[in-house]
Amino acid sequence: MRHIISLLMENEAGALSRVAGLFSARGYNIESLTVAPTEDPTLSRMTIVTSGSEDVIEQIIKQLNKLVDVVKVLDLNDGKFIERELMLVKVKATGGFREEMKRMCDIFRGRIIDVADGTFTIELTGSGHKLDAFIESLDKAAILETVRTGASGIGRGDRILKV
Amino acid sequence: MAETSHPHQITGAEILIRSLEQENVKFVFGYPGGAVLHIYDAIYKQGHFKHILVRHEQAAVHAADAFSRATGEVGVALVTSGPGATNAITGIATAYMDSIPMVVISGQVPVAAIGLDAFQEVDMVGVTRPCVKHNFLVKDVKDIASTMKKAFHIARTGRPGPVVVDIPKDITANFAEFVYPSTVEMRSYNPVTKGHSGQIKKAVKLLLEAERPMVYTGGGVVLGDASELLVKLVQALGLPVTNTLMGLGGYPSTDKQFLGMLGMHGTYEANMAMHECDVLLAVGARFDDRVIGNPEHFYNKDRTIIHVDIDPSSISKRVKVHVPIVGDVKSVLGEMNDLVLQEKPQQSPALKAWWKQIEEWRGKHCLNYLNNNGFIKPQYVIEKLWDVTKGDAFVTSDVGQHQMWAAQYYKFDKPRRWINSGGLGTMGVGLPYAMGCQFAYPDAQVACVTGEGSIQMNIQELSTCKQYHLPIKVILLNNRYLGMVRQWQEFFYENRYSESYMDSLPDFVKLAESYGHVGMLIEKPEDVEGALTDAFAMKDRFVFMNFITDQKENVFPMIPNGKGLSEMILAEDL
Repeated sequence: MRHIISLLMENEAGALSRVAGLFSARGYNIESLTVAPTEDPTLSRMTIVTSGSEDVIEQIIKQLNKLVDVVKVLDLNDGKFIERELMLVKVKATGGFREEMKRMCDIFRGRIIDVADGTFTIELTGSGHKLDAFIESLDKAAILETVRTGASGIGRGDRILKV
Repeated sequence: MAETSHPHQITGAEILIRSLEQENVKFVFGYPGGAVLHIYDAIYKQGHFKHILVRHEQAAVHAADAFSRATGEVGVALVTSGPGATNAITGIATAYMDSIPMVVISGQVPVAAIGLDAFQEVDMVGVTRPCVKHNFLVKDVKDIASTMKKAFHIARTGRPGPVVVDIPKDITANFAEFVYPSTVEMRSYNPVTKGHSGQIKKAVKLLLEAERPMVYTGGGVVLGDASELLVKLVQALGLPVTNTLMGLGGYPSTDKQFLGMLGMHGTYEANMAMHECDVLLAVGARFDDRVIGNPEHFYNKDRTIIHVDIDPSSISKRVKVHVPIVGDVKSVLGEMNDLVLQEKPQQSPALKAWWKQIEEWRGKHCLNYLNNNGFIKPQYVIEKLWDVTKGDAFVTSDVGQHQMWAAQYYKFDKPRRWINSGGLGTMGVGLPYAMGCQFAYPDAQVACVTGEGSIQMNIQELSTCKQYHLPIKVILLNNRYLGMVRQWQEFFYENRYSESYMDSLPDFVKLAESYGHVGMLIEKPEDVEGALTDAFAMKDRFVFMNFITDQKENVFPMIPNGKGLSEMILAEDL
């Protein structure tokens, strides 16, 4: 099953490689991994999207907790949470495509953030499924380039991950 | 070198030495080189610890590791950058697999040269990341003392393990004031110590009500100094007990409640009891593949498993556990003893019947061997070694058949006496391990049980042994084969002995003599005991004993790879 794991770790050189190295050394899946400093600059927050049986997920959580740089680990799937991902898509915007792209962008509540003679760059935020759906609904020939951040997640209500 | 020094400031190298002094380090095992020259200069000027010059960095780390295994203190090794650092890797990985507390200090190229493919540069923090508990690259002289404090703290607390501290050369030359922190505060590292009381109560209740209880303990009991408490608990409840290869000595081997070692080459009675029990108490052990074999086969029988370990990730990793107890084994066993004491347990009829069954299994005498073909039997050498040393030696081993025979036939009654590479299975550890033990206990009897394959992997340390007058006794069980490889080839590869024959062996007697040691060649069974007696009588000499043993001897019992605990091959089956 797909799990989203959030963790807080010391914002130190090499901390990211410890997490990435753990996943490769033990053969765990990484669907996506994002990391950036938090409001407290000594801490980084990482969101890892992974998949595996319940036993494997339990081991992943335990192994992450064992890393000396990791301060706290939370399996978001243990409760209610929100996930969001940002995608930038560069599409062909010539002739008939120009109006079509604008309309698709509006339907998915995206924003056109760069306009050039033959291209639009669209910014879209949402769950991974929504971003997938947007890509699906576009004419493949119109897609020039895509870039996705990978998911970020946060617990709902008073589920708070903080030191 | 920094241009000026303020009155209270000292160099990074001196700070490092003072930090080791603060940690009360007695021995540093190392080998000098360019990146650690400032450190070696500071070592020259100090008088607190002794530096032991080895002949290869791998041996430095193994010796520091053994020093720790024998004493419980943190072992310390010092190597230079690049090849010095990479030579240390096998030693670090060996210690990591067996959870041995160590601090390994490596030199690094100057900060400004890092990443420029400088001479003798290697990314030590990157290279060691998968085989250390933690590692540090120190980039400011002001951080040396606090980093060393953290390194020792991390190495020895929680589930212990090796910590690498990589220090660039210029950092050891820069000046700073020396302030050694008295405590360590790390928000990201707070290992659990005390076990959950409710779970402990539940565990004791299960053990008291069990019909076929069994206790299985590993290296955690030895590392956690919990042997006495284990003995107390096992004896109060009248339970059968087995130890893993790493756990030997955790329970006295000569006691009647001890069923011998379990696992791939464990005894019939230990493996059968492990398989057939209804309540299993596992302490400081991890159900690894060499211990329970195939987990699917283990699941064929229902049993309730209680697992005590300081590392939560060891629990329910290979085998599903019913009563997990995360905590320090000493603290948990202490609490269990207190609870048992209140209960005043009596031996139940069920437990009596269980012991009757165990005695039947024991009646197979699975460790019996034929000693009648005129060749020296390796098992016989170990039995005589036990007699001659009165069971009180520190025994180190390398890896292979000789290791298993030493584990099976030397009856360890005390913890920290059996020093071997269990997890990584590193050939070549035996001699440097013996060095570490002998430095720790200069007057003790130290025997290195080895094979002609393994001993050649760190044979250069004969020189170190001479330099420091270490009266180690090497017990070479020389069968001219990589014995364990040959055994597997005999059983599973239709006797195709691919590259397992050891040709062109040196004359070990002359080799030992060329290093200034005593060499002995023993070829007849009737000479074994006398030779051992003579060797151990030479209390101040290193003696290299070359026993020419039966080439075709195999280790039994054996659980073939992928099979289960009750699927052993016994010597009598063949």
